[in-house]
Amino acid sequence: MRILVVAEQDGTAVRLASRSALTFARSCAAATDGRVQWLMLGHQLDMPAADAAAFAPVLVADNPALLHPLADRFAHLIAAAVRHCQADLLVAAAGTWAKDIVTRAAGLLGGAMAGDVVAHEFHEGRFYLQRPMYAGAVLATVELCGAPQIITVQPSAYPPAEPGSTAAEITRLDVNEADLPQQMEYVGRVSQRTARPDVSDARVIVSGGRAVQSVEDFERLVGGLADSLGGATGSTRPLVDAGIAPSDSQVGQTGKIVAPDLYIALGLSGTVQHLAGMKSAKCVVAINRDPDAPVFTAADYGLVADIYETVPELIAKLGDPDGKARSRRS
Amino acid sequence: MKILVCAKRVPDPNLPIAVRADGLGIDDRDLTFVVNPFDEVALEEAIAMRERATEPVEVLAVGIGSESCDEQLCLAMAMGADRAVLVLCDEPLDSWNVARILRQIVLREMPQLVLMGKQAIDDDSNQAGQFLAAQLGWPQATFASRVEVRDGGLRVDRETDAGIETVHVCLPAVVTVDLRLNQPRYAALAAILRARRKPLERLTLDALGVAVEPRLRVVSLQSTSGARSCRVAGSADELLAELRAAKVL
Repeated sequence: MRILVVAEQDGTAVRLASRSALTFARSCAAATDGRVQWLMLGHQLDMPAADAAAFAPVLVADNPALLHPLADRFAHLIAAAVRHCQADLLVAAAGTWAKDIVTRAAGLLGGAMAGDVVAHEFHEGRFYLQRPMYAGAVLATVELCGAPQIITVQPSAYPPAEPGSTAAEITRLDVNEADLPQQMEYVGRVSQRTARPDVSDARVIVSGGRAVQSVEDFERLVGGLADSLGGATGSTRPLVDAGIAPSDSQVGQTGKIVAPDLYIALGLSGTVQHLAGMKSAKCVVAINRDPDAPVFTAADYGLVADIYETVPELIAKLGDPDGKARSRRS
Repeated sequence: MKILVCAKRVPDPNLPIAVRADGLGIDDRDLTFVVNPFDEVALEEAIAMRERATEPVEVLAVGIGSESCDEQLCLAMAMGADRAVLVLCDEPLDSWNVARILRQIVLREMPQLVLMGKQAIDDDSNQAGQFLAAQLGWPQATFASRVEVRDGGLRVDRETDAGIETVHVCLPAVVTVDLRLNQPRYAALAAILRARRKPLERLTLDALGVAVEPRLRVVSLQSTSGARSCRVAGSADELLAELRAAKVL
């Protein structure tokens, strides 16, 4: 198999999620005696392309017209690169970037696409993929018909790839601006990101639900506990809808799918839609006033308590374990 | 202006889903069906755009599937869609073929805007809108949380992993919507009864000239259980002690 992996980058390096997609691609290449290349699009890509080359050869489309991710032109170039390389498989990490752009590219390439893949298997010459449906209540085994095949993988299902021993080749692709679709225009972006880790790849996530009553409380309770554990903040849809938590923190069927080592659910009931986003966490802790909240059936550890009373206590105790900090200070 | 809105029939998201014993489908005996919640938001947006517009706007609801999809199209018309098209098709469709069928409807109806949910809550694919836009060569704005008619096109706020991104798209365009775009209105019973008199056109795949070309074949389904056995602590101290003992902290 000739495999192209779309490399998302943050201006300096390849995103961790794309390295998870590379792990999937390397496994497919190993099973089919294939080879893997990155495909990176954007502008001023010298640093991220050099970072990517530590992992695999890189095809780079670098042009001022690609400064912002516009689906029509990005998909056009991705489809052209797939045809140019005669790639059999196009892989990307399943985030909103790829769901917008790579899915459109798949629409230009014949539509043999599976999204949100969490497992795969080559068996007797066939390529089986597993992906969740019905908010994760069902796991489907699917097969793609036709070529090329396009797959997005859930980054939480594959560990980020490690670099190779030597830097690989970087090849520049020609971008002819006049050929690019011009029907979309980038206006701007408002990011509500904080200094905390990104919820998509954090090892610890503290999530708040409906019990959190204000932006200030979210910051003090959910943010405070996240900070004492070096973690990220997550939230549920009702909390984002209410304007209490930022939209890019939403975990669930229609938000982010996460798989941290530790997921602490504060005052959230545990709807099917939310659980779909965090059921792969290694350890789940639930704190809720309602002992019958469904979240307890999805948790390893629980505490029936009001988060407004318990969380400040937890923050204090985590910040000052066994009173040791006080004795050091004195 | 004409707006085409999709109204997919899906199981009620509040009911538990179980896989059939043969593993080839879900057990639908005890299920009730609704309009895909994301499509409901798209419908609300189309109707609200008509209410705000100074020129006439027609809202056309489209469903694909068995005869029972007329229930969801009636609901769409009760919410305010002017008329509906049901494409009859009994075989399961992947997103590619849904997009191909929608494309034929678009070519017949020539809307300036296609509004649809960013995903359907049954297969959770999040593909049909992007496929349709690609097939038509139209611009797309996915995961919309705000849509504004402006400068002969649309200015759309998109919910992305990196924050809220704003794009301007020319018309005609495909816009896929997120749940935060609006709060869909309820259809009153009287409106549901009146909707039965609105025009609902039935079309076959033959009439549309579409032969299904499978791209994604479902081999089997299995139920997953997220159930864990929960150790309930008696106090915050006890919880911390247990987490430390388990080396989670």
